[in-house]
Amino acid sequence: MESENTNNANENVVVFENVTVRYGTHTALEDISIKIRNGLFITIVGPNGGGKTTFLKLILGLLEPTSGIVNVFGEKPLKNLSQSIGYVPQIKTFDRSFPALPIELVATGLTGSWITILSKAQKKLALEALDQVGATNLAKKPLGKLSGGELQRIFLARSIIRKPKLLLLDEPASGIDVAGEMDFNNILEEYKKRQNATIIMITHDWESAYHHSDFVLLLNRVIICYDKPNKAFSEKWLRIAFGHLGHAHDMIFGVKNNA
Amino acid sequence: MLEILSMSFMQRALVAGLLVGFLGSYFGVFIVQRKMSFLGDGLAHAAFGGIALGLLLETEPMWIAVPFTLVISLAITYIKDKTNLEMDTSIGIFFALSVALGIIFISLRKHYTTDAFTYMFGSILSVNNSDLIISSLLVIITIILSLKYWKKWAYATFDPELAKADKLNTKFDDYLLSALISIAIVISIKLVGIVLIASFLVIPAASARLLSSTYFKMTVLSVIFGLSSSLAGLFLSYYLDLPSGATIILIQAIIFFVAISLKK
Repeated sequence: MESENTNNANENVVVFENVTVRYGTHTALEDISIKIRNGLFITIVGPNGGGKTTFLKLILGLLEPTSGIVNVFGEKPLKNLSQSIGYVPQIKTFDRSFPALPIELVATGLTGSWITILSKAQKKLALEALDQVGATNLAKKPLGKLSGGELQRIFLARSIIRKPKLLLLDEPASGIDVAGEMDFNNILEEYKKRQNATIIMITHDWESAYHHSDFVLLLNRVIICYDKPNKAFSEKWLRIAFGHLGHAHDMIFGVKNNA
Repeated sequence: MLEILSMSFMQRALVAGLLVGFLGSYFGVFIVQRKMSFLGDGLAHAAFGGIALGLLLETEPMWIAVPFTLVISLAITYIKDKTNLEMDTSIGIFFALSVALGIIFISLRKHYTTDAFTYMFGSILSVNNSDLIISSLLVIITIILSLKYWKKWAYATFDPELAKADKLNTKFDDYLLSALISIAIVISIKLVGIVLIASFLVIPAASARLLSSTYFKMTVLSVIFGLSSSLAGLFLSYYLDLPSGATIILIQAIIFFVAISLKK
């Protein structure tokens, strides 16, 4: 499946060719083919267990496909691409009791390992990244005392400290209030414009996906639809992806679109 | 003060106490923060199986205990890695298996001896030069590896998925950490005993956690607590004529309660 903007293959940041991933007898992704062009804000939407995180893990090189080819910036993701990719994981997986300050967590985005004592240069870059997400005031607040929204900003700062061309986010809005989520998405859009970066974000928030993304990838083991938000969020595709239309659809959009 | 420092057994005990204090408190920061406090007990009891086998084979028990415990620690990590079982479940299985094997090995001995049970409580005052050489070597290896691996272990302790995303080989790093912890435990057993070894791995690190805002500070503080409690405990045990291992742990516990009161 290819978006209308992927004519120039050189501009494709992520390419999946007939990718299948199986965990034992369970098929997480089946025969996925997609080209994601540079400079787009993509949201991945789909039911739980639909293969969204598996999709990101393939891009990160944390998983190898059972069959098929994954290319990121024209290379296999297992090669050292971490300088070009920023990653914001789900915050619910983190141990909040870990003794760390936000500024040092942000600096790990530079080093790819934990830090003993921050150098002046690392501190400067970490503060700049925190400034970009409006979180300079949180630099030395213990990690365990941050709210969900604050913590997510810290992880975003960490992921953009190296100014990556590709930013991957796994449900960054979970645990954040509506205002916080809007701020967060605005920061992402601003970053995309400034760096001409590609953003791929898993979200369960259809409204956020509808308003902020250039393309929506509806995923449920296979690609249900990869299109602009007003087309992807149609009754036809949502029913195929989720098996139902979902209350959220009516609440958010007020109308039931037909594909 | 100078009087006890002139006694050779006390000199050896002080060096041994510092070495064990360092190893326990250093690895303790990973054990506590990875919520593997049960690991110290588990591996110490695994070592009991190895010691019993060594006694059965009538060889130096430590030479059997080291590889035996190493294999058990790698098996614990392997089970955690390959199954959905939590670490504590994996430790619990091998803990019981090793003790059961130890009991069987001892029962197979033709003549009864109390050797196996001297390892239960250890004796830091009876360490010999070869114990010190082995412990010193391990400390040197630990320090050398730490220069490279502390940052990786710390990162994977914070979040293994994030560490993997940054292309760290967390599997290898975890196995290496498990192997070093198991060797440290076996070496420490002769000095402080199977029953008490877990405290060396947990109490200094837990106290340090209460007073630290960063993981590096926690590591440094834990080592300071580990070393100072060993020194203070040994001196106190000498002057009050108390068992050395237990006195060290009392000092560790006092530091822990002071840390709790300071935290409040």
